[in-house]
Amino acid sequence: MAKVWVVVEAKEGQIKKVTYEMIGLASQLGEVEAVVVGSGVKDLAPGLGAYGVGKVYVVDQPELAEYTTARYTRVLAELIGQEQPAKVLIANTAQGRDFAPRVAQRLGLGQISDVTGYEQGQFVRPIYSGKALAQAEAVAAQAIITVRPNVFNAVSAGAGTAEVVERTVALQPNDLLEVVREVAKQVSVRPELTEANIICSGGRGLKEPANFKLIEDLADVLGAAVGASRAAVDAGWRHHSFQVGQTGKTVSPQVYFAIGISGAIQHLAGMGSSKVIVAINKDPEANIFKVADYGIVGDLFEVVPVLTEELRKALA
Amino acid sequence: MNIVVLIKQTFDTEAKIAIKEGKIVADGVTQIINPYDEFALEEALRIKEKSGGDVLVVSAGGEKVKEALRSALAMGADRALLVETEGAAVDEGIVASALAKAISGLSYNLVLSGWKAIDDNSAQVGGRVAETLGLPQVNVVTQLTIEDGKALAVREVEGGTETVEVPLPALITAQRGLNEPRYPNMRGIMQAKKKELKVVTLSELGVSGAPQVAVKNVVLPPAKQAGKLFRDDVATSVAQLVQALRNEAKVI
Ligand SMILES: Cc1cc2nc3c(=O)[nH]c(=O)nc-3n(C[C@H](O)[C@H](O)[C@H](O)COP(=O)(O)OP(=O)(O)OC[C@H]3O[C@@H](n4cnc5c(N)ncnc54)[C@H](O)[C@@H]3O)c2cc1C
Ligand SMILES: Nc1ncnc2c1ncn2[C@@H]1O[C@H](COP(=O)(O)O)[C@@H](O)[C@H]1O
Repeated sequence: MAKVWVVVEAKEGQIKKVTYEMIGLASQLGEVEAVVVGSGVKDLAPGLGAYGVGKVYVVDQPELAEYTTARYTRVLAELIGQEQPAKVLIANTAQGRDFAPRVAQRLGLGQISDVTGYEQGQFVRPIYSGKALAQAEAVAAQAIITVRPNVFNAVSAGAGTAEVVERTVALQPNDLLEVVREVAKQVSVRPELTEANIICSGGRGLKEPANFKLIEDLADVLGAAVGASRAAVDAGWRHHSFQVGQTGKTVSPQVYFAIGISGAIQHLAGMGSSKVIVAINKDPEANIFKVADYGIVGDLFEVVPVLTEELRKALA
Repeated sequence: MNIVVLIKQTFDTEAKIAIKEGKIVADGVTQIINPYDEFALEEALRIKEKSGGDVLVVSAGGEKVKEALRSALAMGADRALLVETEGAAVDEGIVASALAKAISGLSYNLVLSGWKAIDDNSAQVGGRVAETLGLPQVNVVTQLTIEDGKALAVREVEGGTETVEVPLPALITAQRGLNEPRYPNMRGIMQAKKKELKVVTLSELGVSGAPQVAVKNVVLPPAKQAGKLFRDDVATSVAQLVQALRNEAKVI
């Protein structure tokens, strides 16, 4: 059976959920192996066996403590060159989408980006901002696939340990040109937009920045992330890193609350693949109701506080 | 500072998508410069305005792409180069190889591109070009400072930012937040007509090869079923919504 690699993504010693989602997809494609890259990451490897991974390649070197494009590209390209897996699955995250195309180009491989489905041997990926779906396949046996987080079902743990193979990769002088000067974390207790199960987004209907408090209160009751429309971002109510849409983040949570958002096509581009969409808008003709699974036609200033209270009670 | 900006022509963001025989129909669709590439171009123009130099815009595509290049010239780019791919079967790897080949002989300090094209949603070409040219890259950048032969770039990552320093020449991919692109003015549009727009073909560049990815079919996403609208008084509507989310959709 073809070997299919999953490049493990971990943060602060924790394997990210998208890794387990990729293992789920990989198991449909062949024999699952994994790659762990970093510094002090060796301990993450054996446990992957419980998720159905037979073998884990570990490259654990001090120079890999921080993510840099050139170093990760070197490591991955070298390992893929040595072991010749058929498919290499990489998370479509800030990290994964950064090194994946470089590895592909170095090895002369095709890459299918931002995959959200696998049906009858074809990888499905949204194009034209989700207005169409392409069904694609790799021409050569070997290819890189980047996988959208939060879409595939994560595999759950069973029993078993993986065989761990340690490797060292010699970095070249050119790999050390990048210097990470600063890593700034947003001080937020809320989940990251692209990883959140629930997102509460606000738009121009909020009228002024202070009213974002309504969205935040609702989000906190649900353990949700906060998002915004471009109108809210352009008005300066929210930093652009909160923007959902064509020129913002692409998200696919279990539930997306669009509050005071009209549902412009560029906004739908970023959240159309959410599993359940809830809209709250006073205009019954608002475009957002065309894609919403549930909607309340009403004044958000009246609806949202009551909804927050009801959910607080329901979830208590 | 000599700066190369990679721009792609894409469908207008409002464009409706029609599909015929498994392919997207482009006829009659308004075309624009990919929004992220406008941020890249604007940044190039600002750097030039500050420290002088030359801004070259490069695009791979068919004859129609000249319109996008003219718009870029009207915004203030100095010269344009079309890598003619009309009729050729290409994928991200081939386009990147061609773009890289087209600029490899030039003297440049900085290459700017968008972080992704909103049509193919690949987010590959920037990285592939950087790889081919052997340049360091910083991806998805929202703030850029060029100083002492170095680029200091703030890039977006999950839950925060990273500030990365790379020596020039380097490739930077632009994200929204980097700047607000200008509109071309009348004078710019007039001047654009007189600016250089060169054309080079794939065979002149010596780039060939078959695509590595085959798109077998393109479909519209499955239509969404009509949702449920609650329009009673606030208390009732909210109760109905909470009930639906818990017991019907089972997501809360
Ligand atoms: C190239 C390009 C890229 C773009 N990218 C993005 C993007 O990434 N993301 C994005 O979001 N947009 C994007 N846009 C902008 C997009 O076209 C819309 O302008 C924007 O999404 C509108 O934001 P909004 O829904 O918050 O505001 P509006 O369209 O003004 O809608 C406000 C809504 O609030 C409702 N409302 C008002 N008061 C209340 C109340 N008291 N109670 C309940 N409802 C109320 C109104 O009925 C209305 O439906 C882009 C546009 C372009 C041209
Ligand atoms: N045909 C092209 N011509 C010029 N630049 C391109 C082309 N295709 C992609 N690019 C550049 O590469 C970026 C990423 O594109 P993509 O990999 O197609 O998502 C774009 O924002 C452009 O800056």
